[in-house]
Amino acid sequence: MKEIESFHDAIRDVSAIAYTIKKKSKKIIGYLCSYAPEELIVAAGCHPMRLFSSKSDIVLAENHLQAYCCSLVRGVLEDSLSGRLDFLDGTVFPHTCDSIQRLSDIWRMNGRYEFFADVVLPAKLNTQSARTYMKDVLTRFKTDLEAATGKTITDADLSDAIKKVNLIRNHLSTIYTLNSRNPGLITGGDLYAIVKGSMVMDRDIVADLLPVIVTRLEQTQPPVTSAKRIVVSGSICDSPVFYTAIEAAGGVIVGDDLCTGQRWFEGKISEDIDPLTAISERYMDRMNCPAKHTTLTARGENLLALAEKNTAHGIIFMLQKFCDPHAFDTPYLKKFLDEKKIKHMVLEMDDQQQRSGQLSTRIETFIHMI
Amino acid sequence: MPDTPLETKKITAAKKMRELMTHYYIDALSASQNNKQVAWITSGGPVEPLLAMDIIPVYPENHGAMIGAAKMGENLCEKAENMGYSSDLCAYARADIACSVFKGGPLGGLPKPDMLICCNNICGTVLKWYEVQARFYNVPLFILDTPVCHTGYTAEIARYVQAQVDEYIAFLETLTKRKFNRDKMARIGKLSIDAQRLWQKVLNTTAHKPSPMSAFDAFFFLALIVTLRGTQIAVDFYTDLLAEMEERIKNNISSIPNERYRLLWDNLPIWYQLKWMSGKFSEHHACLVADTYTSAWCGTLDYIDEHHYLDSMAQAYTRIYLNIGVDQMADQVIDMVRWYAADGLVMHSNRSCKPYSFGQMDIMRIVREKTNIPVLMIEADMVDPGNFSQSQVETRIDAFMEIVKHRGHGYDVCRH
Ligand code: SF4
Ligand code: SF4
Repeated sequence: MKEIESFHDAIRDVSAIAYTIKKKSKKIIGYLCSYAPEELIVAAGCHPMRLFSSKSDIVLAENHLQAYCCSLVRGVLEDSLSGRLDFLDGTVFPHTCDSIQRLSDIWRMNGRYEFFADVVLPAKLNTQSARTYMKDVLTRFKTDLEAATGKTITDADLSDAIKKVNLIRNHLSTIYTLNSRNPGLITGGDLYAIVKGSMVMDRDIVADLLPVIVTRLEQTQPPVTSAKRIVVSGSICDSPVFYTAIEAAGGVIVGDDLCTGQRWFEGKISEDIDPLTAISERYMDRMNCPAKHTTLTARGENLLALAEKNTAHGIIFMLQKFCDPHAFDTPYLKKFLDEKKIKHMVLEMDDQQQRSGQLSTRIETFIHMI
Repeated sequence: MPDTPLETKKITAAKKMRELMTHYYIDALSASQNNKQVAWITSGGPVEPLLAMDIIPVYPENHGAMIGAAKMGENLCEKAENMGYSSDLCAYARADIACSVFKGGPLGGLPKPDMLICCNNICGTVLKWYEVQARFYNVPLFILDTPVCHTGYTAEIARYVQAQVDEYIAFLETLTKRKFNRDKMARIGKLSIDAQRLWQKVLNTTAHKPSPMSAFDAFFFLALIVTLRGTQIAVDFYTDLLAEMEERIKNNISSIPNERYRLLWDNLPIWYQLKWMSGKFSEHHACLVADTYTSAWCGTLDYIDEHHYLDSMAQAYTRIYLNIGVDQMADQVIDMVRWYAADGLVMHSNRSCKPYSFGQMDIMRIVREKTNIPVLMIEADMVDPGNFSQSQVETRIDAFMEIVKHRGHGYDVCRH
């Protein structure tokens, strides 16, 4: 499908995409996690660009971050220092884990780009005072963006932006549902490209392409398959090899709780209330990242619900090496699954290991076992 | 008499300190027999309201340090790994989580908590760690969320933390079924401030050449400001300790024989190697005179209003050393280099503690640029010896000391 090809093209060369966007004299604001308030960036007339590590060797970042820092944080810093992100006009750092917290400081102190913002979100999301504070920090970010662009962000701008991101998220959600209902309707590689592409491409183009893809998929005859249904749990999964390895082993991904997956696009922003309130409500209420606190068992319950809803045969945990928030949750999540007799496997990786063949062997063994 | 070493002698307050800590832990361990409630609280958490409510505070991190110093860390960390906790996680958390299940460590485990108080001003690790314990013990968890002040303490942060101070008090009232006593709170607040001021003064004494105590002593004497601030006991103890330090200065008693070089330490200590390390540095006539860690318990005195303790507490607890930007941390290190007239900086790159360690390399660069002193970075872990190679560290310390000596900043106390 040529619409899907556009996504593949985009993720193959992000900087090419970036330079096309720049030509439209749109400022590009980079970010690293799904708590970045993209809606505000869109409303400001800028382009929100999610940053992934190019997985190049770490050379310059060695002078700033020790080897026991996760490969996303080190990798993105390396990309920045070596000039690979020179298309950026700025970055925004929402507060999540300790590593990102320090990356934000290092990034600011080495200031390569014009615009810099911290959005120091609350760490707990279950109280009224945190709700008020969430809206306060988003309001501050809005003011920061206005100062940077010299343009007032009106409620109408915000409403338009909300409609656009809602549309995108909605369609991604539909694609997931379609694929879960008819496994194999879309390949793992395509799914990966669409989701990743939606985080880096011009959102206007994404908003045009996704509805076409959905319509086509709805008309496609699903293949007959006996593939094992897999749910993926973890932080980021920026490894096409992972998706293809699952397929090659006879599995199909039917859902996830990834920061680069469903956790990023699930949850609609209300279009009926004050836009800034609506945006902050979504960040409060969507499934939380383990660096944030809602209830003691929210993530476990969510994972079980995901597994049940998608009638998963097994769960694969994708852990980034040195990622503390996720590593702390793994034992309890596993226990939750054990109690329901749902099979699971933990894959701990960093960008180096992604290249090795070991990964495929382990996935194969797991899928054959379930 | 150039070659006669100056007198060094043990700090007598150490004995008293051991007694006080023993009492403290006996009290804590027998809390339930005495119908007292126990709260586990993070080291940088606001303990004063607990004292005002007659709740006994217990510090898993202090326990972690004891486990480390007793060299019991390896075994407990291994047990945590067998429970599924990655060996890359903070060793305090790992040791504590394992200790709850297996009752190991020097105390055979901490007293069971009735509630957990987690303040994330030191790291995000404590949030996850306390969630684990809240599930394990099935007790209420209060989170005091102190947003990072990357570049400053904003109005919205102030409002948010202030609101949580009220929530904290309401939480305690619910759990104790008692009314919060504001007068008592004011008294405890005052005691806490007094103890912090005294602790700061104790630490300040090491600016004297030769230093009457070292950072290794500070690591030891720290336990009381962590666990007993807000009590008369801490005030009395630090009053005596300060007097003893002043006495030592008067009599020219130094921490190490023939102090010639003065060093600053960054990050948590390597608990299981304190003795070896202090011996190693003193072989080189180098005294670790100060550190960034122990001063964290008195670093925000400027933000506290003695007469409105509860109101100012929010700011003081939010702006502590680890909860600010790396550039501000670097400024503080530089201030310390100057104040203590340090000839070198030793940074412990601590695998356990990411918020303390990431950013260190930038601090290293800034310190080098602005003060021109040599900086050594050693890779280790505060509790888990699996990440420590003594021979490697020894070689690096020797090489570093050669540089320090070469620069000729050293002085000979005897010839003064
Ligand atoms: S992978 Fe984990 S440690 Fe790395 S940035 Fe994400 S949450 Fe932080
Ligand atoms: S050592 Fe560091 S990571 Fe561990 S509890 Fe203390 S501040 Fe947090």
